[in-house]
Amino acid sequence: MAKVMVVTSGKGGVGKTTSTAALGAALAQSGQNVVVVDFDVGLRNLDLVMGAERRVVFDLINVVQGDAKLVQALIRDKRVDTLSILPASQTRDKDALTEEGVARVMEELQEKFDWVICDSPAGIERGATLAMRHAEVAVVVTNPEVSSVRDSDRIIGLLDSKTLKAEKGERVEKHLLLTRYDPARAQRGEMLTTEDVLEILSIPLLGIIPESEEVLKASNMGSPVTLSNAMSAPARAYAAAARRLMGETVAMTVPNDRKSLFGKIFRRAA
Amino acid sequence: MNVLSFFRGRGSAPVARERLQLLLAHERAATGGRSDLVNILREEILAVIAKHVTVDRDKIQVRMDRGGSVSTLEVDIEIRTPAEALALSA
Repeated sequence: MAKVMVVTSGKGGVGKTTSTAALGAALAQSGQNVVVVDFDVGLRNLDLVMGAERRVVFDLINVVQGDAKLVQALIRDKRVDTLSILPASQTRDKDALTEEGVARVMEELQEKFDWVICDSPAGIERGATLAMRHAEVAVVVTNPEVSSVRDSDRIIGLLDSKTLKAEKGERVEKHLLLTRYDPARAQRGEMLTTEDVLEILSIPLLGIIPESEEVLKASNMGSPVTLSNAMSAPARAYAAAARRLMGETVAMTVPNDRKSLFGKIFRRAA
Repeated sequence: MNVLSFFRGRGSAPVARERLQLLLAHERAATGGRSDLVNILREEILAVIAKHVTVDRDKIQVRMDRGGSVSTLEVDIEIRTPAEALALSA
């Protein structure tokens, strides 16, 4: 039976879609059958970040409303064949998602895949609660910044009350993914440290993704960062997080983009 | 970095941390805490106690206070004396 995982944050722009794509690709590369589902109806972007924007024919809304079959809407990734994407609709709005329709699609996805990863829209409205509804695992994406931490706290509250698991008296397994982290600034006291955020939110840590130019580069190219430059710091951090999701014990480090002296001189000259 | 901030020594992160801890303590209290934790605790504690002694549902109070470094759980249960319980059931 598939694991249903939601990638959520409350606040926008903290890296939900980037993280969905990167974790999905990393899990798929290790042989898992993965589908990433875009729940951001009206503002879909997962297809773009993953470079599948020109291959979208049908979307989640079409499947929910019965206008298309699931297999017609699923797009198989061209780089990793165990990775698929179910795009959101760009023209409709979130009211087109019905609770029953989503439940039916989620059930069908769980039969086909090992991992169903739901990319949540920002906010705490219907779109976000529907994305987390069926989750048994939640990745709470947080920046080391006050507004992001506050919104994550709010989302954790929703995960503990609005999900099917919570309503059955069970717990959603929650993980913190700290993104855009700058260890040097944290050390200088200019940025909340990992320990600060962990103490405030008190959920276990899944990974620390360092701030890196590679993330923008990857989305420019339409590729999950774990595929575009697997040796880059964020890619290694996401790959380690994916291994932790599969139950492996991986030492928690913040990878950094090692630049050689030659590289530094060359960059400065460029 | 200017001379002043050098002498102050700390960056802005500790300020952020303190502000968040204060704010979230209030917000969690206002939204009934994280989830229904207190209610869940209340029901489960009640169930365990009720196995052994007679308790009145209204006479059990569960309170949670979240502090910066320590949170406290306060459970207050009023248990009837056997004579009182007998008198009521009669």
